[in-house]
Amino acid sequence: MNNKIENTLFQCRAINKEFGNVRANNDISINVRSSQIHALLGENGAGKSTLVKIIYGLLQPDSGSMTFLNEEYSPKSPKDARALGVGMVFQHFSLFEPLTAFENILVGLDKELGEKELHASVIMLSESYGLEVNLSSFIGDLSAGERQRVEIIRALIQKPKLLIMDEPTSVLTPFECESLFKTLKKLASEGTSILYISHKLKEIADLCDTASVLRKGAIVGEYDPKKMTPRELGEIMVGQSLFEPKRPVAANKSNKVLSVKINEVKPDTQFGVTLKNIDLAVYQSEILGIGGVAGNGQEELMQVLTGEKKDRNVSIKYMDNDIEMLNPRERREIGLAFAPEERLGHAAVGNLNLLENSLITDPKKRFQMKMGFIDFSELNEYTNEIIEKFNVKTTGVSALASSLSGGNLQKFVVGREIGQKPSLFIVNQPTWGVDALSAANIRQAIVDIANTGAAIILISQDLDEILEISNKVAFLTNGNLSIPTNTMDIKTDEIGAIMGGISD
Amino acid sequence: MDLSEINFAVLVASLIVASTPLVLAALGELIVEKSGVLNLGVEGMMIIGAVTGFIVGVETGSAYIGMMAAAMAGALLSLLFAFIILIMQANQVASGLALTIFGLGIAALMGHPYTGIKSPQISTISIPFISEIPVLGTMFFQHDLIVYLSLISVLVIWYFLNRMRAGLILRSVGEDHDVAHSLGYRVVTIRFLAITFGGAMAGVGGGYLSLVRVPQWTEGMTAGAGWIALALVVFSGWRPFRLLIGAYIFGGITILQLNLQAIGVNINIALLSMAPYLATILALVVISMSRFRGNRGAPGCLGRSFVKIT
Repeated sequence: MNNKIENTLFQCRAINKEFGNVRANNDISINVRSSQIHALLGENGAGKSTLVKIIYGLLQPDSGSMTFLNEEYSPKSPKDARALGVGMVFQHFSLFEPLTAFENILVGLDKELGEKELHASVIMLSESYGLEVNLSSFIGDLSAGERQRVEIIRALIQKPKLLIMDEPTSVLTPFECESLFKTLKKLASEGTSILYISHKLKEIADLCDTASVLRKGAIVGEYDPKKMTPRELGEIMVGQSLFEPKRPVAANKSNKVLSVKINEVKPDTQFGVTLKNIDLAVYQSEILGIGGVAGNGQEELMQVLTGEKKDRNVSIKYMDNDIEMLNPRERREIGLAFAPEERLGHAAVGNLNLLENSLITDPKKRFQMKMGFIDFSELNEYTNEIIEKFNVKTTGVSALASSLSGGNLQKFVVGREIGQKPSLFIVNQPTWGVDALSAANIRQAIVDIANTGAAIILISQDLDEILEISNKVAFLTNGNLSIPTNTMDIKTDEIGAIMGGISD
Repeated sequence: MDLSEINFAVLVASLIVASTPLVLAALGELIVEKSGVLNLGVEGMMIIGAVTGFIVGVETGSAYIGMMAAAMAGALLSLLFAFIILIMQANQVASGLALTIFGLGIAALMGHPYTGIKSPQISTISIPFISEIPVLGTMFFQHDLIVYLSLISVLVIWYFLNRMRAGLILRSVGEDHDVAHSLGYRVVTIRFLAITFGGAMAGVGGGYLSLVRVPQWTEGMTAGAGWIALALVVFSGWRPFRLLIGAYIFGGITILQLNLQAIGVNINIALLSMAPYLATILALVVISMSRFRGNRGAPGCLGRSFVKIT
């Protein structure tokens, strides 16, 4: 018996796919063996998404063939794929915001299932895999992390033989990641293969049995991540050597830029988090990292800091001025800059192009000439600079924001805010869904403006990111903020203890 | 003026009859909008239903066959709309308006020879025993088949939208067609079906107007009923039972003002005739400024064209 064929669950051979002149997939062949976790590594725009969309039946390849369970496999739609046993968890959540979590799970199923039966199996799944979700809450009221749990449950409930996961951990905390890894390993040991897309090289080393690396639409090779360092893997992925940003040099204690005191702020929605007893200060040339599990008040804190939500129980002092009653525009005018978590629809307007998206957050009216005319040459130059400096992959400054991939739009948004040369930059999840090299670039840019004197509040669920570049760290738990501590003084097990309060 | 001349039971019974075309057309539009499509052609589809139903009813001598023809005519016209907006991806608002204008015109042309003829009768079905109950029986249980059907439709559509998987799929297509597509649902097919259903319901509503409510054919006889139906969908917050209540309030005001005119109340007739429309505007204003704001009724993709992204 040929062992190799016996072990192969899924195979694709010489897959080609072109969009206009762009070759998204160029002669791609991969081989996923059963009960394995197979990583698909590559930068934004390397062609990973195109490939998995072909496997999931959302796109048809121009040429090439696939086999699944030793049979010809050519799904015409995701329904076909699911019927044959291929499931997928998307990077951009494919959830309906006005529907409840339960309805979202229901609508993703292909067969009619009794409501009670479904409820039972969802609860079973969420318990055995640690995917906690309030089934009756509306998706619109859930945080990114919670939404992802809904998506994972929705995929798992169909008992797929091959599960595609498009950057599943990008919004999870280390604890959640660990429990997810347990889930995935358990699934793999039970016979499900997982095609795992990620930029996070460390977790690929921890988790995956094999890694196929994609660069510019073509396969570079197949590697054993357990036998390589994350750095080596990353360098194969980007085709050049990687660097690690260093945290800004010690802060200048005498120049307090911002201090925030919050007694209590109630949420706007039923499922929001109440902010309590928050007391933080950030100094010149200092990065204050705020960590914590998704849905512990990050969104609410961000809204208070940006001025989208004004509340009498908040006191915000910015360079000796009380600014708690200023709106976001007024705060921007005096030197603050913000990059909220949600890129499309919050940080950028999807139906406007990149030029216009630069223009709308232009507090200092740099691009405005006399009588309200727009200075297009200045605006063009500024936007092109962002695209170049942050390596934003786009067709040009007149591309719609919605046409950019998530990671690329994120690079653009962060670049646009940093380009304003703010005295205080508040950013939520700056590198979510951004590949390794670009993430390092973004972190470096944040460090750079800190080194030139800006104060930074970095809210992130990526603990590594926070520990890498923050001078001080604090953690959000149920709307409470721990006392900021020097990053150098903090120990990993202490973080566990601080964040541990979250799970109960 | 003598208010005691108005018989309350008869008033309620006739307000139900007056509201039925609205209930039917608005329920159809509710389904269309839940699928994410805004069809402003309700008035056009209603009047096409009215004229076709009337012609077929007169020619065959059966109001029921007429009613079926009305449904088919409405559905047929809506297919034209579906083709324009789903296949050609034209703007929904402009296409819907064009549909109304087209419907009004072609109905006038078709109906011209039939002006002033009396339509075949549709019989009243008294429900045994409970129709004997004084007052209540007269109000609710001595109606024709279509009235009962309209009430059952409210129930069925509520059940469909809130308790059935197919209804959930329809709603998800309306909320976010990109996501629905990525899950493998056929957005265009589902919308085609929804639009056709909406057309058929508007057609029946129109047929009911010309065959039962009036009953004869006059040019432009829908007199804005299609627009009221559209407003009712918004008024109801896309909920079937609230839609029924809204339709009956509107029908009630219409009937009441007719009765007031009949007994010679000392209010200008123009003002009285205006009352139902004024009430509609008022209700819409109140709803959009009060606590209903930001409710979850309006489908997320309402009025947006679906373009497949690759």
